[in-house]
Amino acid sequence: MKLRVYLTFDEATVRDPIIWKLAKEFNVITNIRTAEVKDHMGLVGLEIEGDVDVVEASVKWLQSQGVHVEPIEQNIMEG
Amino acid sequence: MSESIVRALKCRECGQEYAIEPTHVCEFCFGPLEVAYDYEKLEGKFTRELIESRPQTMWRYKELLPIDGEPTVGAQNGFTPLVRAKNLEKVLGVKELYIKNDSVCYPTLSFKDRVVSVALSKAVEFGFKTVACASTGNLAGSVAANAAAAGLESYVFIPHDLEQGKVLGAGVFGTNIIGIKGKYDDVNRLCSEVAGKYGWAFVNVNVRPFYAEGSKSLGYEVMEQLGWKAPKHVVVPMASGSLCTKVDKSIKEFIKLGLVEDNGTAIYGAQATGCSPITKSVKDGTDMIHPVHADTIAKSLAIGNPADGYYANRVIKESGGWAEDISDDEVVAAMKLLAETEGIFAETAGGVTLGCAQKLIESGKLPRDESIVLCITGNGLKTIEAVADRITKPRIINASLKEFDVLAEADGVK
Repeated sequence: MKLRVYLTFDEATVRDPIIWKLAKEFNVITNIRTAEVKDHMGLVGLEIEGDVDVVEASVKWLQSQGVHVEPIEQNIMEG
Repeated sequence: MSESIVRALKCRECGQEYAIEPTHVCEFCFGPLEVAYDYEKLEGKFTRELIESRPQTMWRYKELLPIDGEPTVGAQNGFTPLVRAKNLEKVLGVKELYIKNDSVCYPTLSFKDRVVSVALSKAVEFGFKTVACASTGNLAGSVAANAAAAGLESYVFIPHDLEQGKVLGAGVFGTNIIGIKGKYDDVNRLCSEVAGKYGWAFVNVNVRPFYAEGSKSLGYEVMEQLGWKAPKHVVVPMASGSLCTKVDKSIKEFIKLGLVEDNGTAIYGAQATGCSPITKSVKDGTDMIHPVHADTIAKSLAIGNPADGYYANRVIKESGGWAEDISDDEVVAAMKLLAETEGIFAETAGGVTLGCAQKLIESGKLPRDESIVLCITGNGLKTIEAVADRITKPRIINASLKEFDVLAEADGVK
């Protein structure tokens, strides 16, 4: 599967090479499509491609690193 | 019906254009797609007289909504009252105040009926048989009801612990309701995966560009109901921020088409403090939206990382407006104020809008001597739990005239 997500990095995570670590840790193809990085915050549009289980595990790992992971549609769940 | 003026779907970031299809994200840069029109095709054809000759529904502006031909879903929706709020004017100390009352929008009592009828009409055009959404309230009810009326199969995804009343508000229409366990982010992501995998029209995913355009009808109606005038100031509740941008777009379109004069309309955004990422960005003078975990009674506005936040922020700044936020206590107080002064029972989001407007008036951001429109987007009967403890309790008496006489005398009734 190919998952398209936005990653939001906060001040604590914005300097870490987390996407590089992700590709080392999991058998997924990562493809950065858009990015905006500032001192205190970063936003990255990323494609993660691989087997369903591996992609889902990689998302959980990103969250465990303190990264906010959202689908590119962001708020699908509305009021 | 004149020729459709819809040109393409256009990326709001890089400007890349796409054919009219059920798609919503730019393949190049992930930017959101928006419907682009060739307005010049309407020159001299789309007149006040033509609009006024049509039935009083949101479809009297159909040339500016992205469907081909006539609507197949929600043909009766929209055209809600614009109320001159004389009593509230006195309380707030302002000269000219209006309530755009979408708490009585047909058929499910929220402005979502506008966006859903466009999304579902477009879904039918595209040949979809099943429509879907993920919602904690108004959107679920609207998709379920409008799909039922149109004979479409529907799937509604909700958090598994949603209040019974809200489950009923969708379930009564015979939709397939799926309750999902998990945190908001996980539930949200699952819905994205479902939308990507199944060949359905997911109203705020693959048909979102069309869905969002439905909000413009609220703006068109306000201008027509003001006597073909753009208001000076509009206060809009913000969840994703989409309504803010579409009200602004509606005004710009009417100006472009010569239907109203440019009145320098300023757009103001309203949020509850417990979920106010867009307001915070405006107040902080930045255009980056920091995601938050929502914690407010205004559930219909509880979107922690709003998709249109950046664009709403831009509209507010460029139009000369501002953004405000209020506490949950202030939300309830404003709901009561609106009900007691104007007889309008709005849901919590309505309390947010009025409460923020009060604050903006007190701080001088909203001038007291110019026209102000407050957008009320949903009905209070859907969120009675918010005010249940704050309303006046009945005074209980026996079926005895004497007892009532005592009570009436205490009230000073002659």
